[in-house]
Amino acid sequence: MAENNPFPGENNTGHVWDDNLRELKNPPPRWWMMGFWASILFVIGYSLLYPTWPVGQEPTQGVLGWTQMKEYEKGMEQVESKRAKFEDRIRGMSANEILADPGLTQYTLASAKVLFGDNCSACHGSGGQGNPGYPVLADDDWLYGGGTAKITESITGGRQGAMTPHQTILTETEVDTLANWVVQMSETAGQGGSDEGWTLFKSKGCTACHGQEANGILVALPNGDVVTVGAANLTDGIWRFEPGGYESARHTILYGVNQSGVPESRGAVMPAFAEAGKLSEQEIKKLVVYVHSLGGGR
Amino acid sequence: MDPWGCLPIRCNHLDDTIDPAVEKVNLKTNPDIAPLSAVDALYAESEDWHLNTGGQTIHAKRLPGRWRTIKWLLASVWLVYFLGPYLRWDGQQAVLFDIPNRKYHIFSATVLPQDFWMLSLLLLFFAILLAVMTALVGRVWCGFFCFQTVWTDVFTWIEERLEGPPAARRKLDQAPLTLAKARVKVTKHALWILIGFLTGFSFVAWFTDAPTLWSTFFIGQANSVAYATVALFAAGTYVLAGFLREQTCFWLCPYARIQGVMLDKTTIVPTYDEKRGEPRGRVRRDEATAERANGDCVDCNQCVAVCPTGIDIRRGQQEGCITCALCLDACDQVMDKVGRPRGLIRYASLDELEGLPTKTLLLRPRVWVYSAILALALGGIVYGLTSLAPMELKVLHERAPLFVLQSDGSIQNKYTLKILNKTPDILSVTIRVSGHDQIRLAGAEEPIETAPGGVTPAVVFVRIPRRLLAAEQQPIVFRVEAERSSGDPVATERESVFIGPPK
Repeated sequence: MAENNPFPGENNTGHVWDDNLRELKNPPPRWWMMGFWASILFVIGYSLLYPTWPVGQEPTQGVLGWTQMKEYEKGMEQVESKRAKFEDRIRGMSANEILADPGLTQYTLASAKVLFGDNCSACHGSGGQGNPGYPVLADDDWLYGGGTAKITESITGGRQGAMTPHQTILTETEVDTLANWVVQMSETAGQGGSDEGWTLFKSKGCTACHGQEANGILVALPNGDVVTVGAANLTDGIWRFEPGGYESARHTILYGVNQSGVPESRGAVMPAFAEAGKLSEQEIKKLVVYVHSLGGGR
Repeated sequence: MDPWGCLPIRCNHLDDTIDPAVEKVNLKTNPDIAPLSAVDALYAESEDWHLNTGGQTIHAKRLPGRWRTIKWLLASVWLVYFLGPYLRWDGQQAVLFDIPNRKYHIFSATVLPQDFWMLSLLLLFFAILLAVMTALVGRVWCGFFCFQTVWTDVFTWIEERLEGPPAARRKLDQAPLTLAKARVKVTKHALWILIGFLTGFSFVAWFTDAPTLWSTFFIGQANSVAYATVALFAAGTYVLAGFLREQTCFWLCPYARIQGVMLDKTTIVPTYDEKRGEPRGRVRRDEATAERANGDCVDCNQCVAVCPTGIDIRRGQQEGCITCALCLDACDQVMDKVGRPRGLIRYASLDELEGLPTKTLLLRPRVWVYSAILALALGGIVYGLTSLAPMELKVLHERAPLFVLQSDGSIQNKYTLKILNKTPDILSVTIRVSGHDQIRLAGAEEPIETAPGGVTPAVVFVRIPRRLLAAEQQPIVFRVEAERSSGDPVATERESVFIGPPK
């Protein structure tokens, strides 16, 4: 083509269309070419250092040996090292001591939030707001005590409620009277229970667990806290089994709690979280601080 | 031809340089000659086109003069950039943008990130200032203040000290490498890199304690970010002011492109008075002034020689013109020598050159609109700086659960209060709540210690008896109070909401 170029000496490629339309060989400006070659050099350098070219199953590895996993692990190490100084301090402290230190409490709450989400919130709700059948952790009504020692005990060893079913013990009328009485007690803070109800409550063995005053059996702990031992306080406005009211009370009286032979029986089991290494002592300590701070800790 | 073979893709006088005869040639009917002659004509025309793609370094001539002096004076504003970090105030750096601690010290004021809305006003202020200056007097920023212009000016000044005037520099560039040439070049580049380094170092010094930076930088003890920034700035300065120079203004800087919409016919810019200057022609000694056929322009090309971007101002306003006014000096000198009046190239508006009446500043709406925005932005900044609240309160209502029934029959809501202490004192903050006569606050029995310049969270519980709740949602107000070490009380309030069970 070069020999019959109709436009010789004008720096064209020799490709001519439509008589005079042709392609010129004009290089881009030098700065542009420098950038172009610099980026090619960059690619070469990069592909020597980092995983780049897909060859077979695995890409080329690069001489730096960089992987995303290694970078992730390094990042995690950094996070751990930042946490270490707090974790070390917490290790030697009791939950109450942590709660007395605002800075450590803040750290503990932040790190226990994940633990709570993983282990507790399925039943007790993401903010401890409870679920039907599962107690609210954000209120001040505790079946087994809301101090740090008792919360630790609950998480470590779990809890199992128990209540006798009264379907064969009480007549239909008696159950009806008691259920109405429970509702009255709840609505009047223990002041307005009917006399028939009180009589049945005291004569049918309810006091063994719910106490003479119907506010649970209170036990004074060595540290001065007064706690109930698992039976509900019937004089407050809070219901152990939702939605509360006459039907709820009647059902619980009839079928009891955790009765293996009674299918309608209420379930009230909390697993033991120290078992089989589910949670370490340190993790439980953090959770205690977290649960205690949800709003009802005593 | 241009050694880079770049096609002229842009021309300032395309319309008047195309030969009408060329267009009339019918290429189809005369295939032997027409294409060649068409191309030749284009090539002839292309010599008149100017596209500066940086293939050749522009070595501009330096002439003393009025504008040259003004340029140095205005450029010296940049000394503040180099010296500012060493100013002290109350025992600490007067202006320090402490990014790691999120505190910005400006003399006695400390600005925290929460007050950063003022920065947007500051940016607005400068953006509009740039616009108003451009509308009134063209690209004064480009010509007199822009770091690209100023640093390039200093770099070429060093070049001239070491290598001599433009002709000598061109000769030296083409000369074979000798020891003498190498010595000059190495000195020049070393000085450039030194300035680049100082530029980067001074930048970093605004963000960290300057004396500490000096004492730690050279023994490898400074922050890695500091090293990276200094390296980046040094390299940037060296490349941009040493090599790219006017190419930055031509091809990199977006502002050069925006200017077209900001100028108008009343904007005064360095302009060649075409009516007075044309037709240009060389001075003839024997010619009497009265019967001179040519205009005032003696076609000495001094205006082109001194132009740092290598353009010809006589072609009119163009994107390459950074309005540095150096051609004014050059032309005035020549006019003095040939005994013609100064001001053939001068600061003038298009209207003025066309003999139209020029509006006074105050009659131009642009001036009013721009000034109003400037005043608003400035007012906002002044308001912000004078009313920096000493304490700020944010209230977050717990969402899960929204409320909890307590065993005593009251409804409890949980709140996280974020107390920002902007004072330099440790404040002992008391929290109060109001909004209901039976409202009770728990969890804030003791005052909360808040560290200066930081946010301290506090979790509190608010209880209202259920039977006394009138509505599902009840507005309540949190108030935090403290006393400064000087004894002045500080307090702030924040409204939130108390939520109860549905009615």
